Amino acid sequence: MDRPKIKEWIAPKSVREYPLGSTCESDHLTSINAGWRTFKPVIDYDKCVNCLRCFLVCPDGVIDKSGEKLEIDYDYCKGCGICATECKFGAISMVKEVK
Amino acid sequence: MAKLNARTITNEEYFYGHKACGGCGESLALRHAMKVLGENTFVALPAGCMAAVSFIYPHMAFTTNAMITPFAATGAVASGMAVGLKALGVENTQTIGFAGDGGTADIGFQALSGAIDRNDDIIYMCTDNEAYMNTGIQKSGLTPYGTKTTTSPAGKNLPGAITHKKNMFEIVAAHGISYAATASVGYLEDFLMKVQKAKDTKGTSFIHVFVPCPTGWGYPADQTVALAKAVVDSGLWYLAEYEDGEFKVNKNPKEFTAAKDYLKVQSRFKHLTDEDIAVIEEHRDKKWEMIRKKWNV
Amino acid sequence: MGKNIKFICGDDAVAEGVRLSRPHVISAYPITPQTIVVERLSEFVEDGSLKAEYMHVESEHSAMSCAIGISAVGARAFTATSSQGLLYMAETLPYASGQRLPIVMMNANRSIATPWSIFGDHMDSMFLLNSGWIQFYVEDAQEALDMTIQAYRIAETKEVMTPVMVNVDGFVLTHTYEMVEIPEQEKVDEFLPPISMPHNSMSLENPKSLCISAGKDTNMEFNMKRHFEMLESENYIEAIDKEFGDAFGRYYHGMIETVYMEDAEVALITTGSVTGTARVVLDELRKEGKKVGLIKLRVLRPFPSDKIVDALKDVKAFGVLDKNISFGYEGTIFTNVNSSIVTMEKLPKAINFIGGIGGRDITHEDIKKAYDELLSAAVGNSFERVQYMNVGCEY
Repeated sequence: MDRPKIKEWIAPKSVREYPLGSTCESDHLTSINAGWRTFKPVIDYDKCVNCLRCFLVCPDGVIDKSGEKLEIDYDYCKGCGICATECKFGAISMVKEVK
Repeated sequence: MAKLNARTITNEEYFYGHKACGGCGESLALRHAMKVLGENTFVALPAGCMAAVSFIYPHMAFTTNAMITPFAATGAVASGMAVGLKALGVENTQTIGFAGDGGTADIGFQALSGAIDRNDDIIYMCTDNEAYMNTGIQKSGLTPYGTKTTTSPAGKNLPGAITHKKNMFEIVAAHGISYAATASVGYLEDFLMKVQKAKDTKGTSFIHVFVPCPTGWGYPADQTVALAKAVVDSGLWYLAEYEDGEFKVNKNPKEFTAAKDYLKVQSRFKHLTDEDIAVIEEHRDKKWEMIRKKWNV
Repeated sequence: MGKNIKFICGDDAVAEGVRLSRPHVISAYPITPQTIVVERLSEFVEDGSLKAEYMHVESEHSAMSCAIGISAVGARAFTATSSQGLLYMAETLPYASGQRLPIVMMNANRSIATPWSIFGDHMDSMFLLNSGWIQFYVEDAQEALDMTIQAYRIAETKEVMTPVMVNVDGFVLTHTYEMVEIPEQEKVDEFLPPISMPHNSMSLENPKSLCISAGKDTNMEFNMKRHFEMLESENYIEAIDKEFGDAFGRYYHGMIETVYMEDAEVALITTGSVTGTARVVLDELRKEGKKVGLIKLRVLRPFPSDKIVDALKDVKAFGVLDKNISFGYEGTIFTNVNSSIVTMEKLPKAINFIGGIGGRDITHEDIKKAYDELLSAAVGNSFERVQYMNVGCEY
């Protein structure tokens, strides 16, 4: 999966250790969004023709096209369902998340 | 220049892990703009949803250099960044300011105008979801006629907002800007092409991209791209460019799809009567009469 | 090589100081009485004597917002304003100081509408005391030039890394002419090295997110750090003043300058150009044998509480000359000084002299009257706590 990952982060132990200014390193994720979902998208690879439309329309960019098959980063998918709606081949279904 | 589409656009994400609502049209626009512009991009964006969801210490969603600007100042901060980089001799970078409809057409108007006047080498992208969403869905200068917002309620006496959208695209073009375009996340390849053109423009360029907001408009989140397409197909938004001093329309529908079908699936328009819709259609038709007469179709 | 001395006004002097400090970008918007600064800078850029980008911005809010963008990418920025312009850009000042951007801004002190006045007083900069900017007040055109250069050095010191406002009295200093020594560029370059902001500016090597949000759990700590480091900047201000004196031959004595305070029974605390007038009166009164002293308050933020308490320790009465009113209370500097002295075992009597509002002249007579009031209070006579100088009618 070629997607930005959570970074380990330790809170500053003293006021002096805080950043200089209102500053933070970019590319610095410290929490995931998976907990937002009620439904999660599941790709049926038999139906998927790799048109990449789902990759294109995902507002969060969680669909990775780097591998042979499209992969969904479930750490950051919010379950909005745009991918399933926009897929012209019915290859994505929104499945109720079981926690 | 290779055509930009799902296949050719990079797999890299430069705007990721943010806390925007699921189905947010604005985040889709930012995501793709960043893909076209790449890792050497310097981003400025004002108070608004995108700033609010991407910079909550210590969780940072941009992988590139990025900063929040004062609300009125997107155009000014982005200009300052670009001119500062130029003075430092830093090359092969791109500076972009993203601002919402309020941050562009209302409070940000002055700074945008100043930036274009100076022809500073920036892209200014207005992500238009037609209200001040981050503060709770209040009316802005780009809220269309008949929209129910929290400061333009629809009731016995008023149909929601009673003014039409400000013509930002034409106002910007009237500055004689190097490049300006309108776009929609319902037509993503067209949007990508325009971002690339803006990137290649020396001087200021402006893109006004239509981005639906499921929370503020009241529709199921999965319909964002479909609605962004429907608004263009029904003629209520147009895809156009201003380049070399000339207006060109990219898509000239032979027949518009029914405005009612686009409007009535959103809670913010649920209250519209046939009379209200007729006002909207009349305004649309007048606009397209002008477009077809004066612009290159 | 002979000294380069020019007969120039305060605004010119600031422009020369800016030119010598080699800013990368100037964002300029005109407002009386700062206009000559931005005009002169545009001439320097045009004739090549200042190699900088010059941005004609469309408002003061944008002037500082551009400076924020310029500084955010690690370039040296300059802007100037006054009065209404300073208040217009007000929200951007804590914005810059919260990001610890080492911007230098000249403020031509001018009254605030309404009523409208283009003339000088300190109403404008008093509003921004809480903004997290270091604030200097200069006495003459030479100090205006010298402090512009020092301001960059102080701002860019890595333990300080805070924006600096150099206040120059409107018209009284900005538009009057003095003999000013223009330092040599090479000496300034030695004193002021190139800007370096590795920790809080953008770079391609180390991309950063700036001007971020901090929630309820971290916001206080972010603000405490900035506050502590501003308090400590006092040490660097003092050290840099000494270094400047060693290099250029002019010492300004750090946070405050004391005159005749060794044996003074009463003291007047002044800020800005009126200090020059007070010095003349001081000498006259001393010739008459009066034990009077003067404290020139050069920096209002960080506030030099310890130094003021030390200077006033043997004094029986002191006055603070405020060219401002905090409506509904008293002069702002008076409030600040009183808060410092509250720890003294024996509290001296304190009088607030409010004058100079809207460009009203403060004459030798006015200052002499103030000292007379203080000498009277020092021996136990009753006095008015807040007094007004040179009022034109009954009140």
